[in-house]
Amino acid sequence: MSAVTVGAGGSVLGQVALLAGRSVMHTMRAPAQLVFPIVFPLILLAVNTSGLDAATKLPGFPTASYLDFALAVPFMQGALFAALNGGQDLARDIENGFLDRLALTPMSGGALLAGQLGGALFTGVVSAILYLLVGVAIGAGIVAGVGGALVLLVLAVSICMAFACFGTFVALRAGSGEAVQGFFPLFFVLLFLSSAFFPRDLIEQDWFRTIATYNPVSYMVEGLRSLVITGWDAGALAASFGIAAAAIVLFLGLSSRALRTRLLRT
Amino acid sequence: MSGLARTRSVALAVAARGIHNTFTNPAMWMPSVLFPLFFFIAFAGGLSSVQNAPDFQYGAGYTAFQFGFICIQAAAFGGVFTGFSIAADFESGFARRLMLAAPNRGGIVIGYVLWAMTRALLVLCVVFAAGMVSGMNFEGSSADLVALLVLSLAVSIVATLWSAGIAMRLRTMQAGPVMQMPIFILMFLAPVYVPLALVSGWVHEVARFNPVTALLEASRGFIAGDPTKVALSAACLAGLFVLVATWARGGLRSAEKAG
Repeated sequence: MSAVTVGAGGSVLGQVALLAGRSVMHTMRAPAQLVFPIVFPLILLAVNTSGLDAATKLPGFPTASYLDFALAVPFMQGALFAALNGGQDLARDIENGFLDRLALTPMSGGALLAGQLGGALFTGVVSAILYLLVGVAIGAGIVAGVGGALVLLVLAVSICMAFACFGTFVALRAGSGEAVQGFFPLFFVLLFLSSAFFPRDLIEQDWFRTIATYNPVSYMVEGLRSLVITGWDAGALAASFGIAAAAIVLFLGLSSRALRTRLLRT
Repeated sequence: MSGLARTRSVALAVAARGIHNTFTNPAMWMPSVLFPLFFFIAFAGGLSSVQNAPDFQYGAGYTAFQFGFICIQAAAFGGVFTGFSIAADFESGFARRLMLAAPNRGGIVIGYVLWAMTRALLVLCVVFAAGMVSGMNFEGSSADLVALLVLSLAVSIVATLWSAGIAMRLRTMQAGPVMQMPIFILMFLAPVYVPLALVSGWVHEVARFNPVTALLEASRGFIAGDPTKVALSAACLAGLFVLVATWARGGLRSAEKAG
C-alpha cells in the first residue's frame, strides 16, 4: 500500500506502472490464472483439429488443414479467460475495499483503469505468444509470413484488450466477482455461435449462419484466421481491428463512467 | 429401525431437500439445463455440414448424432453440478450438521446421487423436447428410448460419485475445476463431432481406449434404432462405478475425520 501511495503522488505513467505491476504480480502468484487460460484452449485446439479434420474434405472448405483453420480460436478463448480473470481481480479489489482505499489517494481514475487492465493484458500477451509458437510447432503455417505473425499477435492483444475492457466494466458496475463470472457463459455463447469452428458460407443451417453473420465475434476470428490461411486480406483485417477498437472505446468509456460513479459513492 | 431403513430414510431426506432446492431455485437448475442445451444448439446447428464429409455414416442425421453426445454430457455435468452443491453444503456448514444428525452417513451420498439423477432426468427431458422441436429423428423404439435414459442416468451416478469424492475431500467450492476438468477432457477426447473412424491424429488413438467412446456409440445406437456396443458400455460403467464408489467412500471417510 505504501508503494501505491508514493506512486500516486508521481506521474500518471508511474501510477499506471505501479498498479499494472501489482496486477501482473497477482496473476503470477496464482498460477491457475495463467495456466488454465493457456492450457485449456490448446487442449480444445487439439481435440477440434482431430475431430473436425474430416470437414476439410468438404467442397469449398478454405484450407486443407483444420489446424490452420482453427488456430484463431485459442487466441479468442485466451482473450476471454484473460478478461474474466482481470474482471474478477478488479471485483475482488472492490469487494475487499482496496478500491475505496485507492480512492482516498490522489491517484487519477484513468491510471487506475489502465493499471487494472495490465494484468489481463499480460496474460493475453503471454498466451498469444504461446499459442502462436505451439501452433507453428505442431504444423500450422502462417500464409502471411513473419510480418503476418506479428500482426496476428497485435490483433490478438487488441481483442484481449476489448474483452478485458468489458470485464472491467462489468466488475465496476456490479462490484462482484460472481457477476463477472456470470457473464463468462455469454462470452462462450458468442464464440460458439460464430464462424469460429466452421466457415460461414458452409454452415448449413440458415438460422445459425444468420446469427454468425451478425455476431461481431465472427469478424474478430475471421481477421485472425485470414492471416493464417489467406494471407493479407485488408477487408477481414479492417473489420477485425475495427470491431476490437470500437469495443475498446465503448467499454473503456463505460468503465470510466462506472468508476466515477463508484468513486463518488465512496 | 434396521440399518437399511436408516440408510433409506437419510438418502430420501437428502434427496428431497436437494430436489426441493432445485425446483424452487432457478439458479440451481438453469446452468445444468442451459449448458447442454447450448452445446446442442451450437454443435447441431453450426457443424451439421460435417455429415456431408466422405465416410460419415449415421443415418439418423447430424442433430440426432449430436443428441447422443448431449445426453451423456448432460448426465455427466448434472453429476458435476451436484458435486458443486455438495461442496457448497460443506462451505456453509450444512453438510457437517447433516453428518452429525445422520445415523448412516452412506445414506447422505446416496441421497446426493438420487438428487443428481432427478436433476439429470429434468435436463434430459428439456434437451429431448428441444431435439424433437428442432426436427431430430429419433429412429429407436420406446425400448431404445428407455435404454438411452438408463445409460444416461448411469453416467450421472458415476459423475456424481466422482464429484462427491472430491467435494468431500476438499470441502470448498474452489474444487469446482478439479471436478469439472477431468470429465470435460474425457468427454472431448471421444468422437464428439464425427464417428470414431473419422477422428484423426493422436485423439483417435486416445478415443479408441476412452470408455466415453463406447458410451457415445451406445447412445447414438439407441437413437438410430441400432443398439451398438451395449455390453461394452455396461462393462465400462460397471468398472467406473466400482472405482468412483470406492473414491466417494474414501471422501466420506475424509470428511468424517475432518469432523
